[in-house]
Amino acid sequence: MMADSGSEEAAFLDNTDLTSTESENNIINTMVERETALLRKIDINVAESDKRTGKNTVNMPETYTVYLIEIRPAGAEGGVPVGGSPWRRYSEFELLRTYLLVTYPFVVIPPLPEKRAEFVWHKLSADNLDPDFVERRRMALENFLMRVASHSVLSKDNVFYQFLTEEKGWRESVLETGFQDKADSRLKSLSAMFRVKNPDKSFTDLKQYSDELNSAISHLLRVRAKVADRMYGVYKVHGNYGRIFSEWSAIEKEMGDGLQSAGHHMDTHSASVDDILEEEEHYADQLKEYLFYTDAVRSVCRKHELIQYELEMAVLDLANKKQQREELATGAVRVFSLKGMSSKLFGQESPEQRESRLAALQQSIQAAEEAVLDKNAECREFMRMSWEEVKLFQEQKDRELREALISYAIMQISMCKKGIQVWSNAKECFNKM
Amino acid sequence: MGSRWEAEWKHSCATAALGRGGVSPADRGSCVGTRCVADLSGEVLDLEDDEDLEVFSKKASRASGRSVVHPPRSMVNQYRLEEDEGGVTTKDIFITVDHPESHVTAIETFIVYRVLTRTTRGDFDSSEYEVQRRYQDFLWLKGKLEEAHPTLIIHPLPEKFVMKGMVERFNEDFIETRRRALQTFLSKLAEHPLLSQSPQFKVFLTEQELTAHKKQGPNFLSRVGAAVRGVTFSVRGVRSRPEEFEAMQEYADHFGNKMASLDKITQRIVKEQKEYLEELSQYGPLYAQWADLETELTEPLRGVAGCLDLCGRETEEQLHHLTEVLEPTLHQYLLCADTLKTVLRRRDHIQAEFEAKNDALTSSSSSKKVDLETLKEEVACLEERVENANTALRGDWSRWGGSMRTDLRDSLVATAHKNVDYYEKCLAVWETFLLSQKTPPCQEEDGAHPTT
Repeated sequence: MMADSGSEEAAFLDNTDLTSTESENNIINTMVERETALLRKIDINVAESDKRTGKNTVNMPETYTVYLIEIRPAGAEGGVPVGGSPWRRYSEFELLRTYLLVTYPFVVIPPLPEKRAEFVWHKLSADNLDPDFVERRRMALENFLMRVASHSVLSKDNVFYQFLTEEKGWRESVLETGFQDKADSRLKSLSAMFRVKNPDKSFTDLKQYSDELNSAISHLLRVRAKVADRMYGVYKVHGNYGRIFSEWSAIEKEMGDGLQSAGHHMDTHSASVDDILEEEEHYADQLKEYLFYTDAVRSVCRKHELIQYELEMAVLDLANKKQQREELATGAVRVFSLKGMSSKLFGQESPEQRESRLAALQQSIQAAEEAVLDKNAECREFMRMSWEEVKLFQEQKDRELREALISYAIMQISMCKKGIQVWSNAKECFNKM
Repeated sequence: MGSRWEAEWKHSCATAALGRGGVSPADRGSCVGTRCVADLSGEVLDLEDDEDLEVFSKKASRASGRSVVHPPRSMVNQYRLEEDEGGVTTKDIFITVDHPESHVTAIETFIVYRVLTRTTRGDFDSSEYEVQRRYQDFLWLKGKLEEAHPTLIIHPLPEKFVMKGMVERFNEDFIETRRRALQTFLSKLAEHPLLSQSPQFKVFLTEQELTAHKKQGPNFLSRVGAAVRGVTFSVRGVRSRPEEFEAMQEYADHFGNKMASLDKITQRIVKEQKEYLEELSQYGPLYAQWADLETELTEPLRGVAGCLDLCGRETEEQLHHLTEVLEPTLHQYLLCADTLKTVLRRRDHIQAEFEAKNDALTSSSSSKKVDLETLKEEVACLEERVENANTALRGDWSRWGGSMRTDLRDSLVATAHKNVDYYEKCLAVWETFLLSQKTPPCQEEDGAHPTT
């Protein structure tokens, strides 16, 4: 794990697997904390949406949607909301989330609903101003706020609380926190990703899992949309039967009544698909949330890589400095260095020069040693906290997705029952022909 | 109708008896609808109205030379009983068309079908026949029947060649669809009270070699000649089409439209369903693939994948029903609409022919007395022809109507039933899955999991 052999620095990262008692304790502690989470104290409601017009960043007029946030003391349903009941637009939600990402990098930050409609099938609109889209987004934003509010750590954040309560000046106060300076540059993250040598295996596995899950769910959602599209087609064409049966019944005597009533059932059948698919859209939204959650998990993994990388760099830096000290002390040049060459060319330096250099180096080494210790601690702490978060996330995911699958089955059952009803009725009508 | 009709019927039967073999086409034409039925005594007829039953049973009594004057009441009652039991006729002849085989000759390649007949009819020498027939042979049979009964409604043959969809003649599905339609064609003939007695029908079912029979009698070309003459007569059109046939024409038009629409709709549903099935077949496996990534979710995900696969299979079956039962029936009745219009047109020709001759009679000078007499006879014959054609058509129209109602009702009922079945099976699949999820997996040891 060390850059160079022969160094006496101990391994910096021990086994990160928490013992079972440790993990149990963590869970219990978290549950206690959860009890006091914000959500227990207040009800959050994204009550309405509205359209506004204004000027965008390049001074062009634009129309955007805003959402009303109301909070009430828990249990006081229907009461007057407290706080400022701010109107927020999507970009402000994004700002909040970015702030949370930077400030709490060890937390799996709940995702926002998609910026633009994806995975649409032909009946669904991809238009951001379409009322159905706005409505589904409203619900998803409420869900986002509730998730944040029920998180033991996130719920305590002041910026979040202000987001819920103060419309004016929130944007400025977020920026004032200077969180943007704390943000890791994209470049830094990327280079860490490629250059880190020994990331923790659990995190590597986790990253791979989240990538694979991302791929699996997006593939699933794409095909589901196509299936929905086709099903829509089949049902809707049946509506034509209704029309033709009706016309046909006009020229028949004995068959007229049977055909006419059968036609009505065909119309019912054709219309039923709208409700069926709307329900399924909720299911798709649940999957989508977890699709976006994979990005949040990936962020945590990347943060680990970054810290690990910084640790490795610190260790390397320390090793280099120690080596320099050795060279200086023994005069042996083991590695080609400009200093070495220049001393060869321009003559050896004086002992005083060497002494001062050695002293400086010694200080530097001390600083570097401290840096390594700090970084190591940071790394361990990060891994401990983030792993706890990841565990919680996994449990939540397993629980919620299982419920989603169950509700999907219930939807299918409901659809089948409707089908049985309609076709049994039609069969009776046909029998009377 | 009553006695006047009876008298005419007696007369035309007599002329028919005379008119057998080696007679000019014109005379032959005069005996439309009078081809005497051999022996109906043993046969129960599948008819709607009492009236029609009387008509045919009267023919029977005349032809067999029985002294029975009234329509045999017993037969009527027998028929009525059948009706009450669900309108099922006692069939004494069963025909199947199967075993399509490719035949290759130097000139052409064609498909030959096996036509198997099992019968208890007395006019058949044996109780079982097996012959090989190709599509052309069916065409020949139909042509012959149309010659003899121009105003009877003959169930349509499958089309010669389907352009739409670029189906090749030897495509498996095409052959199968055609085979079924050919079988329906023959079955419908067997059910028809008049057509089932046709000599050509019997020949078709029993003779090994048809080529000899195909050359017998005035061939189709000479018939075409007569028809052409008929057409030229009716270039100025039939003068006054009786109200009832006007109504039939309207009905045929509307019915044809509706069948065309239904056919199109059904084809569209089949298309959409096929595409749905394709997407569905990709959908299920994605859940299984996801399951491989998970631990806790593996089981429910695999469950959903399984459900989707099973539902896919049910969808396939339902699709089969549409393409093998509903669609062909609708298509056949679409062709029937054309048959109706053709039959009405032929009736018009017959009436026009009579009107033309009649005009000639009334307008001609009384110069040549001998010619006047023959003209009068011809006119009388043509007038009778018109009467017979109208009667035959009238009777067959309601017979056809009943048969159509039964067929379409049965097909639609079967389709609805299949759909109910489909949804019931899918319901069972998902309910089984749901049940498996209700019993929670044994994970209560660590106590950290909140119950769902």
